[in-house]
Amino acid sequence: MTLPDGVEYRTFDGEESLATRGEPVYGEQTDGEWRKWDRSRSKLAVLLGRDVETGLAPDATVLYLGAASGTTVSHVADVAGPTYAVEFAPRPMRDLLSVAESRQRLFPLLKDARKPSSYAHVVEPVDFLFQDVAIRGQGKVTLANKQFLKSDGRLAVAIKARSEDVTRDPDSVFDDVLSTIKTEYEIVHTSSLEPFHEDHLGVVASPK
Amino acid sequence: MNDESPQHGWFQGLDPADGEAAASAIAEGSAEQPADWPARALEAGFTGDRSAYYDSLRESTIGAARTAVREREQADDQQLIHSIRALDDCQRLTNELTERVTEWAGSRDEAATVDIEYIRELAEQEATDPIAERLVSLARRIVELDEESQSLRTFVEQSAQSVAPNLTALAGPELTARLIALAGGLEEMAKKPAGTIQVLGAEDALFAHLRGGAPSPKHGVIYTHEFVRGTPPENRGSAARALSGKLAIAARADYYSGEYRPEIEAQLEDRMERIRARDSS
Repeated sequence: MTLPDGVEYRTFDGEESLATRGEPVYGEQTDGEWRKWDRSRSKLAVLLGRDVETGLAPDATVLYLGAASGTTVSHVADVAGPTYAVEFAPRPMRDLLSVAESRQRLFPLLKDARKPSSYAHVVEPVDFLFQDVAIRGQGKVTLANKQFLKSDGRLAVAIKARSEDVTRDPDSVFDDVLSTIKTEYEIVHTSSLEPFHEDHLGVVASPK
Repeated sequence: MNDESPQHGWFQGLDPADGEAAASAIAEGSAEQPADWPARALEAGFTGDRSAYYDSLRESTIGAARTAVREREQADDQQLIHSIRALDDCQRLTNELTERVTEWAGSRDEAATVDIEYIRELAEQEATDPIAERLVSLARRIVELDEESQSLRTFVEQSAQSVAPNLTALAGPELTARLIALAGGLEEMAKKPAGTIQVLGAEDALFAHLRGGAPSPKHGVIYTHEFVRGTPPENRGSAARALSGKLAIAARADYYSGEYRPEIEAQLEDRMERIRARDSS
């Protein structure tokens, strides 16, 4: 088992699921102080459930790109240290703010992940970079944000094929994005996130 | 580039007690590359220790994000719903009062006609007796209500554009506002399937159909859209289905990203051309 400390399997309604300890935020099931981390709602949870070493660790500093409403980032902040959560759209930011209210080391940033200079004056070098942005040019975003990752840090990305090109075969989209990422990272792991997230590829890498 | 480059963190030159300045430094600042900002802040004497630094960072980032979100709330979908309902109420009241006043005025003036022009004329008159006083006073209120309708319509147009740029491009501001109002909000609409959007506003007909016997409604409020109304009846169902499919996509784009995507409109036009081409074949 390679689950980081702070992430455990618990039983909810007779079903085993990953869980973290923290304030519930989106109506998830709870078991005492543990709250369910649902694989079908979180791409990172799918990777963790497969025993992939993602880079999520206790006290790790984290840069999370594409935090959306904060579902996954709430679990990340339960486990890790200072967590910088970048989200571009104001609407999900409203929900993310209420997640941040109940967490002491979660910093919400209403910024565009394609423009790292707009948050480089706030974000420190991190141990774990997680990216889940549903926009075209996901590989470029990964490269542009490499400057935030410490040389011994880890990258995990959820690539969404449809964001690059709805009409192309997902596998060939993944190949393209991967080859972009490979120019500056060493790929450690890739696996499809199906059946939980259709047409998504999970990638774990370390900086070259 | 190296770590010695003279870059500044968000806390540079800030008074630690000035939350507003800190929030705007987060929102508007920038740097070429990251640095160990917590350590730099300690060196600069911004805070006493790391923990205090993070407390201050937390307060500032939450403040900055909240301000930005609040600014966008001005263009909130709920405000759009209120404004389209207010517009409908104003128009309904204008019509009802116009009928009432012309009926009353017609008992004294044979030239009375049921339209806003007659009401405008009436509003300009000097009242010479107690009945005319009431009629003229009512007419003035109707004219004001009508003016308010115009202002509300302008407001709806601007508000729809900023709340839902993709829906507005497809359906125009009024229909966009009505659809969002019927759905209960942009989020609710973004979560509805196209088939539900197709019959929004035709709930009575839909439930009559579900109870059995009645035909299924082909369209709800989207009937007011040129693509539906302007399509011959035999193809109207197809047109309504095509339109509602793209409206569902547009609602999701508006809710989840908020960015305008011109390709949705192009795809709809392409589809409509093909549906309408069926007639000529």
